[in-house]
Order: sequence, then structure tokens, then C-alpha cells
Amino acid sequence: MLFWISTTLKVLVVVGFLAQVAALLLWVERKQSAMMQSRIGPNRATIKIGSLEIRAAGLVHSIADGIKMVWKADWEPTGGDHLLYRLAPIVAIVPALCLCAVLPFGPTVFLDHGRDLYDPAWATDAATLARSVPLQIANLDVGVLFIFAIAGAGVIGAALAGWSSDNKFSLMGGLRAASQMVSYEVAMGLSLVGAMMIYQTVRLDEMVTWQTQHCWGIFVQPVAFVLFVTAAIAETKRVPFDTPEGESELVAGYFTEYAGLKMAMFASGEFVEVCVSSALITTIFLGGWQFPFMQLTGLEFHYLGLNLSAHMPHWSVVLVGFITFCLKCAFLIFMQLQVRWTLPRFRYDQIMKLGWRMLLPAALLNVLVTGTVLLFLNSGNG
Amino acid sequence: MPGKTKVLKKPTRTLADQSYLIEVVKGLGTTLKHFFQGTGQMVSGNVPNAVTDPLAEGISTLSYPEEKRAYSERWRGVHRLTHRDDGSPRCVACLCCSTACPAQCIYIKPGEYPEGDKRRGYERYPVEFVIDELRCIFCGFCVEACPCDAIRMDTGTHMTAFDVKSDFVYDKDKLMSMVSQHGTQKSENPRHEPGDPGHPGIDRLHGGH
Repeated sequence: MLFWISTTLKVLVVVGFLAQVAALLLWVERKQSAMMQSRIGPNRATIKIGSLEIRAAGLVHSIADGIKMVWKADWEPTGGDHLLYRLAPIVAIVPALCLCAVLPFGPTVFLDHGRDLYDPAWATDAATLARSVPLQIANLDVGVLFIFAIAGAGVIGAALAGWSSDNKFSLMGGLRAASQMVSYEVAMGLSLVGAMMIYQTVRLDEMVTWQTQHCWGIFVQPVAFVLFVTAAIAETKRVPFDTPEGESELVAGYFTEYAGLKMAMFASGEFVEVCVSSALITTIFLGGWQFPFMQLTGLEFHYLGLNLSAHMPHWSVVLVGFITFCLKCAFLIFMQLQVRWTLPRFRYDQIMKLGWRMLLPAALLNVLVTGTVLLFLNSGNG
Repeated sequence: MPGKTKVLKKPTRTLADQSYLIEVVKGLGTTLKHFFQGTGQMVSGNVPNAVTDPLAEGISTLSYPEEKRAYSERWRGVHRLTHRDDGSPRCVACLCCSTACPAQCIYIKPGEYPEGDKRRGYERYPVEFVIDELRCIFCGFCVEACPCDAIRMDTGTHMTAFDVKSDFVYDKDKLMSMVSQHGTQKSENPRHEPGDPGHPGIDRLHGGH
């Protein structure tokens, strides 16, 4: 019973949040790019209530955009495959939403407050675990592998859109999207192998636990971090990897023929991908929901000869964990948008070269070095 | 005599450039600097005035309809048709402007003044005068071509954005309702009506050619 209620709640909260994230990120992107380019940015959309004018620093533009998108003429190409044409935006956005099912966005909430909060055996006790709610929709054993599988499905949406639009620009865009995403899928998967070897698990919650007990993944796998971030940006098909929709050559690439809400689904799918990839990077490399030096019982600092610990009530640990996760994600999203407005678009052959001739060998090398070091360390222990 | 040779150093690509990563970080540094500068100005409300101080560091957006920089007298804005003293258009429907127009965006339907009008025989008038402002390339040839100073582009206004394409097609009434940058609907150049002293008095129908 507890499982069903909590799962429903979690799904509602996460999907509800991600549905809004596109509108929010649209505003962030517009304002951030405006600030970077010494502009004011959008600020004209106004809600008038009597004499009160609400502009909310341009946030109203997101609402105005939503309304505009709904009322746009829902034009469809006369040729092409109509079923696939309508299916493509859904296929593009659903995998992005599915990805967040396995991401832990906070520490496990224990409902038994009667027990001793600082007993080390407490969190692993079967009875306690039965009365606990992990802040993660689905705690899958396959974890990271699930993410690779679903993220790989995202390419189908773009490819279908390009194919079914009956437009050569769309087709070119779809082809580019497909080849780019498949190429970077390889580097993305291999870059995480080193991390999986260190964490000794593919479960995302256990990865966070490992980082809570040892140190953040970025410190043990810095190369993998750079590789993964690069591949993740390439997977979102945003600048500098946006040749699939390069407007100077392909109009709008695979969604050239889409209008109104269908176009909005592609656009918001992109933002959801940015959000989810940030959450993924946070989970695997930046310690997930872990606040520095915070354990399940409170703050613990046992370095440099110091032995400091401050016990915190369980609810505050959960709250701090959740907020930390959100802040880390927000920072990564900010950096991704910053990259998007800093770098020029790569040429298509440069993207392929970067993927196959730089990232892939680097990822393989990373696996080799990690394996060697691990073997060396383990033999030392043995 | 061999001159002094200055040997320019060929730019080299170091491994750091080649790896691209350091350059990316440098670029991010630049954009972040501007981001924080802009955000700081917006939050503190310390945005430089784009009208008086257009070259200041930081945000330089001009909030257009509210803030305007003065345009020069020669700046070409949306057209207007100048008025005579009695409020009729100065245009004599000679079709010079529509002939000169490289975008072919001007349509004029000329008409004769009715029998008995003192202008009849000397000049015609535009029954319709239509400019498709979407086709217009704002080259100003029509203004140059006009022998009567009847069409001018001194309104100092940009094209307005409309919802419907047909709204961009300005008809005679709309063009005559526009005012110049200085608020006048007339032209400073003198004009002589038929019968006035100084009017050459050559009749188009009986001019002898």
C-alpha cells in the first residue's frame, strides 16, 4: 500500500516537474543568453489585471509561447507517412521522460522515527527498510543500463520525424540525428564503464551511496566526466552538436515540417533531455543528493585530524539532500546552456571525428587505466 | 634595393589549441564574465542608458518604442504621401515612382480630374495609391524619382508588425495619414497650382507635343 501511494506521488511530482521544466528552461535560456550578449532579453509579454501589469522579468513569455503554440495552425505535409509523422514527437519525448524514473533525487525517507536515529545498523535493518520510501521512482537493478537503453530509443523519434515528413531537409536532419546519437551512444556508454568498475554496481542509488561513503565520482573519474558530459550534450542535439537541425543548411532539420504543439514537443523534449542529462551527471559524478560531508546521520568531518560530527534530524537530512540534488542539477543545466551560447556549431564531419576518433579511444583508454589501477590496488589489499 | 623585411610569425597550433578543451574553458570564461556583468547591471538596475551612452560596457539594448535615438534627416522610414494646402495629395499620378521601384511594390491607378476642375488637363491624381511595404526594400528610389515631392520616407518610423499580410499593404488613406519626423503632413518645397503665378501653364492635352 505504502509502495503504491508513494510511487504514484513520486511519478506525479517528477513528471509534473518535468512538464514545467521546458517552460522554465525556455525562460532561463532566453534570459541567460541575453545577459551573455549584453541584451535585456524578452520582457514585453504582460498580464494585465486591472491596472496591475505583471511581466515577471519575461517569465510571461513562456505562457504566451504556450498559448501561441496551441493556437498555431496544425499544418501537416500532404505526402509522407501520416501515422509515423504524428507518432514521432511522442516517441521523441517519452524516452526523455522515462529516463528520470531511475534517478534518485534524494536520500531514502525512513518512516520509523521511534528507532535510534544514529544506530549504524538502522538503515540496513529489514523492518526499517520495509517502512521506508526511496526518493527514486523505480529502483532497478540494471540502473545505468536502463538509461542507455532508453536514451538509445530517443533517436527513433528524430529519425521517424525526418523520414515521415516527406522533405529532404527533414530526411537529412533525421539521418544526421540518427548517426550522431548512435555514435555518441557508444562513447557515452564506454565512458561510464570506468565508473561502474569503481562503484562495483550499475544501480544508481548504490552509486550515490558509494560516493557518500568515499568521494565524488568526478575525483576518481575526471576523464570519464569530461567524456560523458561531452557525449551527453551531443545526445541532446543542442549547440555545438546541433547539425541535425542546423538552420543555415537544413532549415530546421528533422522537425522542419512540424508546427504548433508537435513542434513544441520536440523543443520541450530537448529541454527535458538537458534536465535529465544534468540529473544523470549529478548522480554519477557529482555525488547525487549528497551534501559535502553529510552522512545519513548528519554532518561528519573526519579529515585532517579533525573529528567533527553534528547530528541532524532525519527530515532535515532528507530535505538538505533533495535541495542539494536540485542545486547541483541547476548548476549543470546552467553550464549546459552556457556552453550552448558559447560555442559555435561543429561541422558534421568534425562531430563524427570527435565521436569516433577522440571520445571513443579516450573512453577505452580510461577503462584500461581504471582497470589497471583497480587491479593494482586490489592485489595490494589481497 | 631590398627593403626591410618584417617576418611575421606564423600562428602555430599547440596541443592545447588542438585539444579544444582549454579553449572551451576560456570561451566559457568570457561568456560567464559578460553574463555576470549583465546580470549585475539588471539586478542593481544600473543599466547604462542606450540613448545617451551607446558605447558603455554592458547591456546596450534600446527599448525601442519608448526610447529612440534621433534618426538623421536622410534616414528612410515608412513612406508617406505629402499633402497640398487643401489636403489633397501632391501626387500627380505620373507613375515615376512605380517605374523607378526595383521591388515593384507601388501600384498607382491614375485618374483625370472632372471636367471644369482647374487642374484638369494639367495633371492627374491617384485614384488608388498602394505600397506593399513587405515588398519594399527601402531604397528610396521612389522619393528620388518623384518630380512633385509627393512621396517621402521621412516619417522616422519603422515598419510595424501586423498579424495579417494584407495589413502590410498600405493604401492611399493610410499613406496620407502618415506624418513626418517633424509632425507635418506637407512638404517644405513650394508648389504652384494651375493658375498661380509661377505655374508654367503648359497644358498636357494642348501642350503642342
